[in-house]
Amino acid sequence: MAQDLRYTKEHEWVRVVGDLATVGITDYAAGQLGDIVFVELPEVGRSLAQFDAVGVIESVKAVSDLFAPISGEVVEANADLAGSPELVNGDPFGKGWMLRIRIADSGQLDALLDQAAYEDLTREG
Amino acid sequence: MTAAGDRLGPTLFERSRPGRGGGRIPHPPKDALSRIPPDQLRTEGPHLPEVAEPELTRHYVNLSQLNYAVDTGFYPLGSCTMKWNPKVNEWAARLPGFASLHPFAPDELAQGTLALLWELEGALAEIGGMRDVTLQPAAGAQGELTGILMVRAYHRSRGDLERTEVLVPDSAHGTNPATASMAGFKTVSIRSASDGGVDLEAFRAALGPTTAAVMITNPSTLGLFESRIGELIEAVHAAGALAYMDGANLNAIMGRFKPGEAGFDVMHINVHKTFATPHGGGGPGAGPVGVGEKLLPFLPSPRVLREPDGSFRLERPGERPTSIGRVRSFAGSAGVLIRAYAYIRAQGDAGLREVSDDAVLAANYLMTRLTGVLDIPFSRHCMHEFVASGATLKAETGIRTLDVAKRLIDYGFHPPTIYFPLTVEEALLIEPTETESIETLDAFVEALRSVVEEAHADPDLLHSAPHSSPVRRLDETTAARQPNLRWRAMTGEQTPCPD
Amino acid sequence: MAYSPHTPADRAAMLEAIGVASVDELFADIPVAVRASELKLPPPESEVELTHRLLGLAGRNRVDLVSFLGAGAYRHFVPAVVDQLLLRGEFYTAYTPYQPEISQGTLQTIYEYQSMMGELTGMDVVSASHYDGATATAEGALMACRATRRERVLVSRGVHPHYRQTLCTYFAGADLVADEIPLVADGPKAGTTDLAALERMLADPERPVAGVVAANPHFLGLLEPMAQVGRLAHAAGALFVAVVEPVSLAVLASPASYGADIACGEGQPLGIPLSYGGPYLGILACREPLVRQIPGRLVGMTTDVDGRRAFVMTLRAREQDIRREKASSNICTNQALCALAASIYLGAIGPHGLRDVAALGAARAAELERALAAAGAPRLHPGPYLNEFAVRVLNAPEVHRRLLGRGVLAGLALAAVEPDDPSLADALLVCATEVTTPAEIAAFAAALGDEIGRAVR
Repeated sequence: MAQDLRYTKEHEWVRVVGDLATVGITDYAAGQLGDIVFVELPEVGRSLAQFDAVGVIESVKAVSDLFAPISGEVVEANADLAGSPELVNGDPFGKGWMLRIRIADSGQLDALLDQAAYEDLTREG
Repeated sequence: MTAAGDRLGPTLFERSRPGRGGGRIPHPPKDALSRIPPDQLRTEGPHLPEVAEPELTRHYVNLSQLNYAVDTGFYPLGSCTMKWNPKVNEWAARLPGFASLHPFAPDELAQGTLALLWELEGALAEIGGMRDVTLQPAAGAQGELTGILMVRAYHRSRGDLERTEVLVPDSAHGTNPATASMAGFKTVSIRSASDGGVDLEAFRAALGPTTAAVMITNPSTLGLFESRIGELIEAVHAAGALAYMDGANLNAIMGRFKPGEAGFDVMHINVHKTFATPHGGGGPGAGPVGVGEKLLPFLPSPRVLREPDGSFRLERPGERPTSIGRVRSFAGSAGVLIRAYAYIRAQGDAGLREVSDDAVLAANYLMTRLTGVLDIPFSRHCMHEFVASGATLKAETGIRTLDVAKRLIDYGFHPPTIYFPLTVEEALLIEPTETESIETLDAFVEALRSVVEEAHADPDLLHSAPHSSPVRRLDETTAARQPNLRWRAMTGEQTPCPD
Repeated sequence: MAYSPHTPADRAAMLEAIGVASVDELFADIPVAVRASELKLPPPESEVELTHRLLGLAGRNRVDLVSFLGAGAYRHFVPAVVDQLLLRGEFYTAYTPYQPEISQGTLQTIYEYQSMMGELTGMDVVSASHYDGATATAEGALMACRATRRERVLVSRGVHPHYRQTLCTYFAGADLVADEIPLVADGPKAGTTDLAALERMLADPERPVAGVVAANPHFLGLLEPMAQVGRLAHAAGALFVAVVEPVSLAVLASPASYGADIACGEGQPLGIPLSYGGPYLGILACREPLVRQIPGRLVGMTTDVDGRRAFVMTLRAREQDIRREKASSNICTNQALCALAASIYLGAIGPHGLRDVAALGAARAAELERALAAAGAPRLHPGPYLNEFAVRVLNAPEVHRRLLGRGVLAGLALAAVEPDDPSLADALLVCATEVTTPAEIAAFAAALGDEIGRAVR
């Protein structure tokens, strides 16, 4: 688990550089879902509202929504996941990233968890 | 276990050789298609298999032998009710008078089937305590949709457009929320009480002017009768909503509980679960829906009507404008319904009651005998099925319920339903049905006991089970990541056939 | 009872093991207030009595008439081997193949069914089956709405009325809109989908169209300008949903070849008995990009841990038991056994046999057209058809009824299913298949000629 990240209760991570937020799901989430077979991401240009369900992550026997951790416009969606959804299992914080969002309101970051809070969350299960 | 593997065979496409087969259809005249414009004609294919009858027969007979089935063994599949399918019903459905009857045959040519359907509607209404029944829905899930669409039509007919929610307990079948969505409703999931029953207070808190219906499975998917059902239905009606009964478990309560009498406004029935129509490896089914007075006007069309002279006819198009309309083509799956009718006539009043009594008796017997082998989370008497749990076993051995289920295959049993209901950890939902002998039930107990012992002594044996089946555990991940959903006869891109 | 293995001694042993005195105690959870009234049903029947009863009911149906009735359900020759194999209990009484290790028979037959329908339709993905042609068409139209995120489909009036009505029922539930595309009223294209009207309907910028649904051959038997319908749909950003008849696909262009995105149809003609309307077989197929929109089960090829080729249900996360309220449909049970019947039928008949079935039906239909025209019942429409067409007969419902008395089921009096369409008030829809004989055609024409002559006199 990386230090520079914010997290959501839905087991997503957010890395902020300038006004761009990169979003993915945590290793914990990937492990819970099992082998991920399909990721459906919102199209570039779509405007997202914080905590809305905007995509879908499917494993062999489970499915989970992808939520927008922060409001803003999609500037990039990880095209590699279409052909290689296993990247989410193999490298959830790296090549398995999902979205880059142009942050509409950086104040919303306060609603996210820091590392310690997220670790508490996963410990509770 | 390659000996078992040898039973696998090529696909019908791989068996195909140009020029094989044929000889069944007279040759058409050469100019048969000359009046069809060339741009409407096919230019290549279809590349269907060409096989002669001996190869065709062996292909399917060999494939059939890779299957487990009620005809080969015991299926303790909770919530799925794999009971015996009487053979006389197959004979009945194949009688030419039934099987060759065209669905657009004028009513005067169809009096036998119409009489049968009319009588079956009456019998199902009596069993369910409902005012009337439609036989049209093609399966239980479509029956659910039909029922919820009628609920929607009912509220709209009263100008009540605010009812946008359907309440469903968290132990419900997945079809309940999926159905609510298809009918344009939002699903509100209500948690179960700790004893497995509905949490009446949680329902009361959620009920309100936006509630269209509450969907209840009773007995529940935990195999427990909701003893506060009367209070719940009262609360539902007091809120102006309707009570929907998921009749998946009707097989437990025939002659003991009539949902309509208890106040349910609508229910669907899965004929294969309660009335012994064969499951067919996944259909065809039929999903009759019973309604109370409130929903009567909205039943799908066409209905089977009885004329004053005793003859029968199908309702004509547009005859009943309040109907929600048609939910499928023609009158329904008569071929399936004939089997259900034959079953009900054979069993009669006493037999149907005995079916439910024996189903409940067998389930309680099995639950009693499995106490101490697996966890039994709910200690009260069960109805036709019960939940066991492998939670303790998992804590002690690391063996998951999935592994237990797979190992049971090596003992010659189909695994129970596992990981359902979602509300119980490491769940096994076990349903013996009324048609398994006490010897079979005892053998199943011994098999499970032995598997649990193996879990402690030789866990790897379970991790890699099954060992004796035609194939072993499958790579479901690759199947989903790179789906291969059809043979492409002309491209040759498929994996070669196994040796 | 015949199907129960339990003796009184068995029941006593089970009660004792449980520790209760009677079965009634096991039902103690049912409060007195809601206990059932007496079950008022007839008493049990022995198998002898039951078979007499069923023979009597079947005998009250009349299936001995010379029949020219089709209209969405067709009489075909079914090789004896089909039912022989279908009746194997290992197929018949198996559960849904959730345990693939002991369900390879069912799984491989479904994969083969998907493959055969893939060949017929040319589509990439075929579902393991749907309920029937009507529900498959409704689901196909819903797929178009999901895929385009639009809320309106256009359905040709040439689509079977039951399919249109079913689609409307489903669409009302989902708060979606289905508008009807009219048929051309007269001229050389009379009876086919009105392309000019379609173009106008597609042009409304306020109401974007998700999908266009048209059938080939359509309900009245005519061949439709499918390629043009598809082009118009695609130009407006809509998907093209083709409703097809599988036997005809042995000779007619496949939906993939004329640009359909989704293909639906009724599989009953492939070896499935008429049975007064079911169980039938809904065919539902699509192009690969729509795979996650297709409802129902899919079987894929994979391997087991030992590397053996095997089959398994896949892309399961679309389904109701996993996705619950977000599932693409609530369907779970499909028509596996009917799909198996269709597969065995196709295996038995073969590709050349299926072409012969389609072509012989077309040839017999041409004979029927000539014979009925000579008897005074000309075709209603001028355009090409395969093996079904409408003829003009004054007072068609009455003539149809009178012909029953002469042993002829003269197709369908269209007024019975389309009572609001004056253009069909005096029309019979008739079809011929490979089982129609020249003698039957002659008998029909003679009887019809008499009835028409009687009316004229």
